[in-house]
Amino acid sequence: MDINRREFLKRVGASALVGLLGGWEAVEILAPGQVEASYLQKPNALTAKRWAMVVDMSKMDQQTVENCIAACHHIHNVPDINDPRREIKWIWLEEFENAFPGQYQEHVARRFEGKPFLVLCNHCDNPPCVRVCPTKATWKREDGIVMMDQHRCIGCRYCMAACPFGSRSFNWMDPRPFIKKGYPEYPTREKGVVEKCNFCTERLAKGLMPACVEISKGALMFSDLAEPESGVREVLREHYTIRRKSHLGTNPQVYYVV
Amino acid sequence: MGDETKKVINALRETGFFKPQTIYDSRKVIIGIIILFGVVGFTFFYNMGKASKAPEPELTTPDIQGLPEAERVCVEPREYMKANHMRLLNEWRDQVVRRGKRDYVGFTKKKYTMSLQNTCLECHSNYDEFCSRCHQYSGITPYCWSCHVNKPKEWAAGKFKE
Repeated sequence: MDINRREFLKRVGASALVGLLGGWEAVEILAPGQVEASYLQKPNALTAKRWAMVVDMSKMDQQTVENCIAACHHIHNVPDINDPRREIKWIWLEEFENAFPGQYQEHVARRFEGKPFLVLCNHCDNPPCVRVCPTKATWKREDGIVMMDQHRCIGCRYCMAACPFGSRSFNWMDPRPFIKKGYPEYPTREKGVVEKCNFCTERLAKGLMPACVEISKGALMFSDLAEPESGVREVLREHYTIRRKSHLGTNPQVYYVV
Repeated sequence: MGDETKKVINALRETGFFKPQTIYDSRKVIIGIIILFGVVGFTFFYNMGKASKAPEPELTTPDIQGLPEAERVCVEPREYMKANHMRLLNEWRDQVVRRGKRDYVGFTKKKYTMSLQNTCLECHSNYDEFCSRCHQYSGITPYCWSCHVNKPKEWAAGKFKE
């Protein structure tokens, strides 16, 4: 088959045009964000590079502590099981010597004696629970929150063994009969899964502060640790703070002003 | 027929293979066979002509009736939801829990909060006639409801216990 230069150039031009159109279509179809455009973050969601919490013990009293626990456990449908071996807790009280075993000494400052320390999941920057989870049911989000996917939890309790803070609870039985007043907007859990504090992820997504922070009248502070002007950073600059078992290297992100 | 086959047939005839045989205790055996058929066939004969119709999920609730006419649609067209609601819910679950995205843009470009308990059940507030009716018929036990509350309002008011 003989073709002359003119015919050859014509055909090359036509092929290039077809290729160009096809390429353009591919760009249109695969435009970034196009495929997942129907899933969006809520416009008023609170976001951060690294969420962190400060517990200011000078503003903490018995009433505040009880309010925080009640608010959290109510809006997350946490069952009230009156058995220390089977109880479920997201946020609870520890005495100083138990919350900070390394820092305890025989003659401790009087202001710590019998003082209720509010403890919860520390949302560690280096979370051991995440390392051991065999199903990735728990993982660290980009904003630092150590999140739990109940759908994927198989109840092996490795995470509970790994957590040095006892922040995780296992559902030894169906929790529903132990929920005194149900909260309709949040699901419950079922028998055989582990649960813990989630820094109120569902509230942050709606632009609300965590429930305990909101009800604490300033005793709890929650903001972005990566933001130098944030409230948490301000407190850390101005006060001496301690963290629970920081020597273990999990880098907990709940700070206590004592 | 080949010679070989004829040979085999002849050999069989010599052994009495083609002679009529007597069934020992034939009465008992035949009665036994009839009873066996009766027992095995009972379920079929009993339900003959009574095939239960596939149930229709109840698509209207007071909450749906309360919506303006134009908004009485689901997040996706009805046919799509009928076939794919479980896939959609799985996708919603992953987007919400693992990616932190909570809003879904439906086919009408309306925004919905992705939540089984809060969004789906807000309109379809009739779990028994909507979800349960078909699932029961098709013998499906989705494990959504061991955590998600199927009647959240009644549950919160303490009106319903499992």
